[in-house]
Amino acid sequence: MPRSFIRAAERLVALVAGAGLAATLAAAAPATPPSDPYPSTYAPAAAAPVLIRGATVLTGGGARLEDSDVLVADGKIAAVGPHLEAPAGARIVEAKGRWVTPGIIDVHSHLGVYPSPQVSGNSDGNEATAPVTANVWAEHSVWPVDPGFDTALAGGITTLEILPGSANLIGGRSVVLKNVPAVTYQAMKFPGAAQGLKMACGENPKRVYGAGRNVAPSTRMGNVAGYRAQWIEAQEYLRDLATYDAKIKAGGKAAEDAKPPKRDLRLETLAGVLRGEIPVQMHCYRADEMAIMLDMAREFGFRIAAFHHAVEAYKIADLLAERGVCAAMWADWWGFKMEANDGIQENIALVDAAPNSCAIVHSDSEEGIQRLNQEAGKALARGRAVGLEIPPERAIRWLTQNPARALGIDGRTGTLEPGKMADVVVWNRNPFSVYALADEVYIDGVLQYDRAHPPALPRSDFMLGQPAAAGVVP
Amino acid sequence: MTRNMLAPLAALVGALALVPAPAAAAASAVLLKNGVVHTEGARGTIEGGSVLIEAGRVTAVGRDLVAPAGAEVIDLKGRPVTPALFGGIGQLGVSEIELEASTNDGTLKLGQMRPEFDLSLAFNPDSVPVAVARVEGVGFALLSPGAEPGRKGAPGSSIIAGLASVVRLDGRRPRAPVALAVSAGEEAGPLAGESRAAAYMLLAQALEEARGPAPLAAGELRLLTPAGRRVLKSFVTEQKPVLFAVDRAADIRAAVEFAQRERLKAVVSGGAEAWRVASLLARAQVPVVLDPLDDLPEQFDQIGATLENAARLHAAGVAIVFSRRSPAPHDERKLRQAAGNAVAHGLPWDAALAALTSEPARVFRAAAEFGSIEAGRPANLVVWSGDPLEVSTVVDASWLDGHRQSLRTRQTELRDRYLARVRAGTAR
Repeated sequence: MPRSFIRAAERLVALVAGAGLAATLAAAAPATPPSDPYPSTYAPAAAAPVLIRGATVLTGGGARLEDSDVLVADGKIAAVGPHLEAPAGARIVEAKGRWVTPGIIDVHSHLGVYPSPQVSGNSDGNEATAPVTANVWAEHSVWPVDPGFDTALAGGITTLEILPGSANLIGGRSVVLKNVPAVTYQAMKFPGAAQGLKMACGENPKRVYGAGRNVAPSTRMGNVAGYRAQWIEAQEYLRDLATYDAKIKAGGKAAEDAKPPKRDLRLETLAGVLRGEIPVQMHCYRADEMAIMLDMAREFGFRIAAFHHAVEAYKIADLLAERGVCAAMWADWWGFKMEANDGIQENIALVDAAPNSCAIVHSDSEEGIQRLNQEAGKALARGRAVGLEIPPERAIRWLTQNPARALGIDGRTGTLEPGKMADVVVWNRNPFSVYALADEVYIDGVLQYDRAHPPALPRSDFMLGQPAAAGVVP
Repeated sequence: MTRNMLAPLAALVGALALVPAPAAAAASAVLLKNGVVHTEGARGTIEGGSVLIEAGRVTAVGRDLVAPAGAEVIDLKGRPVTPALFGGIGQLGVSEIELEASTNDGTLKLGQMRPEFDLSLAFNPDSVPVAVARVEGVGFALLSPGAEPGRKGAPGSSIIAGLASVVRLDGRRPRAPVALAVSAGEEAGPLAGESRAAAYMLLAQALEEARGPAPLAAGELRLLTPAGRRVLKSFVTEQKPVLFAVDRAADIRAAVEFAQRERLKAVVSGGAEAWRVASLLARAQVPVVLDPLDDLPEQFDQIGATLENAARLHAAGVAIVFSRRSPAPHDERKLRQAAGNAVAHGLPWDAALAALTSEPARVFRAAAEFGSIEAGRPANLVVWSGDPLEVSTVVDASWLDGHRQSLRTRQTELRDRYLARVRAGTAR
């Protein structure tokens, strides 16, 4: 049995060996970048309407409806309620005794950037050549062939955020994908979803750079100085842009002589954060460090959407809720490094208990993403054991509405409300059970997974023609 | 949820704290009655069953047991009782924080083949992960050395990682070493001159040295120390289990055939593709230690990984034992969830519980102590709030070696400190 301890992303950070600093990427180009140079080409296929009948429905918005129907038409939720009329040609799903939820959303995945098989040729998740790589975009590393997308689908995952790894202080831009089969990542890209900026607190950056290469940062104070220097540069870049814009606006000689600042992918990203266009997704374990990051966000005027991993979020549950910052957590993964030493199984339930909280269950793992429902089930049980009674209709929000909020797509998916994307899972039973399996998974109204009718051939090109996977007995 | 809704918690948490479960409470007589007793022994499962614990041992199991005078009687109200669970093969007790080298003793990196390496001498019963696993119903685990190539010119381990021992999670010392950890698949390549084929060449040479009646002549290349020769020989003469870390079907076949040639008692560890050679494994009576959650080609050796591995092996008559693939000591409590997933993918429930109790106890020669609830055996058992394989279930009580175990850990201390603050609205 391979004796590796740490999840894929963390493992890589632990192993990164010394290397030189990356050359600065810069090119002479106009100041104003094209607004969407790698646009989504995802368009859901046309599909017949679907009427799911007689299920226990968890809406994702906090409601639980017994013996209820869900009607899907034109890729959208058309109606939720009892005794809905089936439109002509509708696919009817008899779901008595089964449960229906919104599609599951994982805010923290490295599928595609650390795909299976985990070989060096496919290891594209950490641009660990400099502590700040705000210039890189995770989407340019995504391998759509990763078989992990398929196994995640069987776990009800319809939307996921792919992030760069956590080796760097500022790791680069994330991308939100729909979990649909595609040859290119653009054909998975969630239309209109903002990119995020991956940043990392704590041990990883200082281990990779300070301990690994004798390059700053080597301490947590070095980490913070490193982020702040970047924001100061970004502020200056915004000032230069504003000066240029003012000259252009003034017209005449000033406009003719005006020279835009040179295009810089790193500064474009950081400026996007300061302008409020790119939310920060922050890898951070310890409560004290999260509090420092909240102060830094205030110092420079940007928004942290969520702390990821947040093993100590329970220590500052009220503070997080008050600042409107989500905490994306594991149910029980802990202790593999010092900053994960204070993990407790009640973390999610305690964070959830604060007024106006935003608790999220995330995976950071190709295994965990397949069963976020079970992870939530564990967190529920731990809450109950200490008197925090959390009904399933509330807990499902950890996997649906709350992650949608952290990704800024809660107006479009994450709940079963008319007009939203028809991202729907039909479960064979209460999804918080270890025995629960997704029977059907719809993405934008298209049946992407049907447990009763598995495809004859694997979806991933990598798995095609593999005797081992095809069940050939040697 | 509002703060008001949290108010009743004060009383509840107070009540929990009063549950009498002192650490290693004195072993007086206890009668557990009216439970569903999964004996994992000849008695099978007993509905409405009772278990009598006296002087540290189970003295009776059945229906209608009568409590001796002075015995504590606990009405289980239909809750399940199982033997204390197996935590898997890993490094519980020798690794506090994986990324902190100073807290890890699990891998010998001398660059020498040392089958005599006895990792159990480093076992720390006070390690926090030990208690964290214990309060989740884990009573025993196989402590097994890791394998890792050397880096940056430093020596690494060898294809024989060393001796593995059954460790008990109640503070007692580990049992005598019982198994030998050997790398033979992908993991062996970097330890054997970058070819897994060489693992067998080196193993065969080591076995020849171990068996040899006379020491080698001076100047001849030798792999083993005198102690190593004695230890390795004992695995042949005593037929103790040799764990071959292999996943690929062809490697499993090669390991089984090698073991047959060398008259070793093989156990497959990993076994992602074991279902593909199930009939060979059944014929050769080779058990498979597997992670029920393996279903991705995380390595090229695991392209045939499937969630149905356990079910298919069981159906073919192969003995299975569950373990997580990662040896992370912090993850052993997740093993029963993994077992539940095997059931969701076709394994009979009873076989899943056996793979967590009686099968590991049998395979790792600890059945006199662990793995079943039977009269005469030490009381190592757990009372669950519900189905032990279900994620919503928690441990209500546990006994190890007849002692009622505390359910408190560093984690529950942290929880209670901050639960009070969350309740008061001052969690910051």
